[in-house]
Amino acid sequence: MLGRTLREVSAALKQGQITPTELCQKCLSLIKKTKFLNAYITVSEEVALKQAEESEKRYKQGHSLGDLDGIPVAVKDNFSTAGIETTCASNMLKGYVPPYNATVVQKLLDQGALLMGKTNLDEFAMGALGSDTGGSTRNPAAHCGLVGLKPSYGLVSRHGLIPLVNSMDVPGILTRCVDDAAIVLGVLAGHDPKDSTTIQDPVKPFMLSSLTDVSKLCVGIPKEYLTPELSSEIRSLWSKAANLFESEGAKVIEVSLPHTSYSIVCYHVLCTSEVASNMARFDGLEYGHRCDIDVSTEAMYAATRREGFNDVVRGRILSGNFFLLKENYENYFVKAQKVRRLIANDFVNVFNSGVDVLLTPTTLSEAVPYTEFIKEDNRTRSAQDDIFTQAVNMAGLPAVSVPTALSHQGLPIGLQFIGRAFCDQQLLTVAKWFEKQVQFPVIQIQELMDNCSSVFENEKLASVSLKQ
Amino acid sequence: MAGPMLRWCCPVGRWALACIDGGSRYGRGAATGCTSSGKRGQSSVAQQPRITAQKPRKGEHEWAAVVGLEIHAQISSNSKLFSGSQVHFAAPPNSLVSFFDASLPGTLPVLNRRCVEAAVMTGLALNCRINKKSLFDRKHYFYADLPAGYQITQQRLPIAVNGSMVYGVCVGKKRSQVINKTVRVKQIQLEQDSGKSLHDDLRSQTLIDLNRAGVGLLEVVLEPDMSCGEEAATAVRELQLILQALGTSRANMAEGQLRVDANISVHHPGEPLGIRTEVKNLNSARFLAKAIDYEIQRQINELENGGEILNETRSFDYKLGCTVPMRDKEGKQDYRFMPEPNLPPLLLYDAESLPTAADPQQVINIDQIREQLPELPSVTREKLVQRYGMLPEHSFALLNEVGLLEFFQNVIKETRAEPKKVTSWVLNTFLGFLKQQNLAVSESPVTPSALAELLNLLDRKAISSSAAKQVFEELWRSKGKTPAQIVSEKKLELMQDQEALEQLCHAVMEGHPQVVTDVKKGNPRAINKLIGLVRKATLSRADPTVIKEILEKKLSPGDVSGPSARGRTVQP
Repeated sequence: MLGRTLREVSAALKQGQITPTELCQKCLSLIKKTKFLNAYITVSEEVALKQAEESEKRYKQGHSLGDLDGIPVAVKDNFSTAGIETTCASNMLKGYVPPYNATVVQKLLDQGALLMGKTNLDEFAMGALGSDTGGSTRNPAAHCGLVGLKPSYGLVSRHGLIPLVNSMDVPGILTRCVDDAAIVLGVLAGHDPKDSTTIQDPVKPFMLSSLTDVSKLCVGIPKEYLTPELSSEIRSLWSKAANLFESEGAKVIEVSLPHTSYSIVCYHVLCTSEVASNMARFDGLEYGHRCDIDVSTEAMYAATRREGFNDVVRGRILSGNFFLLKENYENYFVKAQKVRRLIANDFVNVFNSGVDVLLTPTTLSEAVPYTEFIKEDNRTRSAQDDIFTQAVNMAGLPAVSVPTALSHQGLPIGLQFIGRAFCDQQLLTVAKWFEKQVQFPVIQIQELMDNCSSVFENEKLASVSLKQ
Repeated sequence: MAGPMLRWCCPVGRWALACIDGGSRYGRGAATGCTSSGKRGQSSVAQQPRITAQKPRKGEHEWAAVVGLEIHAQISSNSKLFSGSQVHFAAPPNSLVSFFDASLPGTLPVLNRRCVEAAVMTGLALNCRINKKSLFDRKHYFYADLPAGYQITQQRLPIAVNGSMVYGVCVGKKRSQVINKTVRVKQIQLEQDSGKSLHDDLRSQTLIDLNRAGVGLLEVVLEPDMSCGEEAATAVRELQLILQALGTSRANMAEGQLRVDANISVHHPGEPLGIRTEVKNLNSARFLAKAIDYEIQRQINELENGGEILNETRSFDYKLGCTVPMRDKEGKQDYRFMPEPNLPPLLLYDAESLPTAADPQQVINIDQIREQLPELPSVTREKLVQRYGMLPEHSFALLNEVGLLEFFQNVIKETRAEPKKVTSWVLNTFLGFLKQQNLAVSESPVTPSALAELLNLLDRKAISSSAAKQVFEELWRSKGKTPAQIVSEKKLELMQDQEALEQLCHAVMEGHPQVVTDVKKGNPRAINKLIGLVRKATLSRADPTVIKEILEKKLSPGDVSGPSARGRTVQP
């Protein structure tokens, strides 16, 4: 049951093949078995079971709230959850229990979803994994064989999402299939009076038609995304996908996004500046960590922030403040904004030339082992990780990573589709067609759990190696 | 060159008009401004023995001072600029704080429509150009009462720019001549107020109250077109009246709804402007004028002693009456301005640019706000002068006190007395009593109707002027009594019985033959003595003009001293 899609589980719940409580308990048991993976920061077992109980009542009375009623969900630990600790994986927010729910969390709960807990992340989501600032939904999705959707900026409320870069952050959706992503997007999308950057126009429900004919479709292949660092395996998968579209009658053309190479450095300036600003509120006064030093307010600030933030966060705060200094503002921040505009215009030009969607890799390679992963410092790592995903955030466009194939090593590889702003539905329709063609293998949870059990027995060993 | 250049007090109102004695104004080319004398020993600032103690030196130039103002006016609105928290003065600490105001992570600003309308309305009243597109920025600094670590303001593109405001400066010996001065309005920007810090030095604690955090402010920047404390105070007063007329701010300085920072520099006329200092947080009209004049004189002294002016931030110590450098503002502040990414540009429309399908709840129409502009104080004063023929200075005085104009108009409605008489009674007697007891118009024990009735009695000569004063005092003391009741209780009505009055005159003349002789000898003052004696005999209940007439008639040659059948005389 845990390996199935949202739609399948929803149907099973409606038909009474499984109850929300049984489903919830299965999930909780899997979470416990995979604890060594450190996937969750907080597991909200009691809350989830209580929600399951209520959901069960609704099903019994025939008053189900819809497709999401009784469906277990996890939320990244940078979304505010009322009554549940929200830490951003930072010492700074250790023990911080928000008094309110993020709009997207509230919308899920209003539909009867069960909140299993809060998932792990880099401190303040400055690296990988549900919100997407530079690729943090699409990259993990590609590595895990999931669909990872980054909606258009302004389509989904950021209220309650603890910000990294306000102008690029978007709540992301991770699901097993494109249809599921569309269902969740349908629930989450729309104007939020609490977020002034959400669009005013009413959003229609996302019903994906099954595309049968792609002959009227124009797919763009950005030549700048063919970089030397791209693994040959992904490169060949990417061409296969292009050929697939062409062979089915779609028009596939090479396009140019000339300012792509400036994206990462531009992102660095804009991101660190917003980070420096957004982190100014963590002063230990109103909430979160506070040091013991009380000789003066300034000394308290300094010690609190030193203790509360890790090196990566501190480094970004320092660079960001440097870029915002009066003497540097024009040379760095304003220039980066201009470059951002050029990057966004690249996409506008391509879409205006008749391209409907862009097809690109999501990541340079399949997931690397932890020991490889930690060899590079955070900056290099994010520069590599976000190379194909980042520009989309600069431009505010929707993009989705679709699991495409398994590598020779048996690890998932995803490809990315990028769509026009606010044409999320069109994008997902294309993604759905592609998903159907590639027939990515269904994840075998039972097998996984058995594997886990063997690892579980060696948990001590596993934990040690993970904490190196 | 006699007399202080910069004066603290005005005869009308506390600081209604910048009263500059025309006779003592001097300085090269300066029109009606206050040019400070740089000569030591001729201190332009009173109450400064330190300066007056110094000896004058010959051949020095005069100095000119330049004053610009940054005025923060709290917007009168139900809720804060970017959150739904209510706005109330003196609510229990931290009782009006939303998650956003406390800067909980993940909260976002949502612009309050009312605050935008208030800014547009104020901009229009100050003849500004309203920017159809304006932007919000973050201004960063760490302070305990600024929870987010930044203030959202409008640094790059404010909502209104390039305006002007006219304020009246009273000149001449009698200060009856009002000269209009203009100050340019550089810009009006919308921004958040900060919270309040309460320092408990004893326990070395700082207590924070966030009730004020996030309240909408209008920052009005006035160009350095003023030249002394009194001018600045008068300009601020005019702005205060405009804001109150518009209803965009209650602008009460005592409650912190209007706060002023002053930029001050001095230079020799014809030379470039000097280095300026900023005096922050001036929270009363009196201290505003005092602080500016002190700072002008301090800078002059500093420069004349060979010193230099530092570009620094100072505060006014109202106990010592001087400005001092602010310790926590030492060192260069870099506010690291950045566009506020959570707020899209603020777009305004006029009748022409209004999108046809626009939802009226979502758009703001400048032209519609223009149509709603109420009458501004300058127009009200002009009307008073036109309609009642009052002196301009009196029109200023009527507007300067909250509720006084309304009181005046209510009296006018109910009385037959001449407007001039009403003006005099309201501005001298009534306002005098209020000031003496430190009361607001709304707290007055005398109602407009009571004063109107009193003035009616006076008008039809039922009582004398002095009796009227007595009645007024009694009205003030004993609430609820009507003037008529008081007149009858105290027997203050004028003697209407001509015969009785003539008899009294006769008796007084007989009793004081020497005075009568003096009158007949031509001593002009002697008759006044007789009048006084007769009035005393009537317990001040007789009209002195009538007494005078009777006496003159009796004292004139050929008088038969018979009782006259004449009725009341008309007052000359």
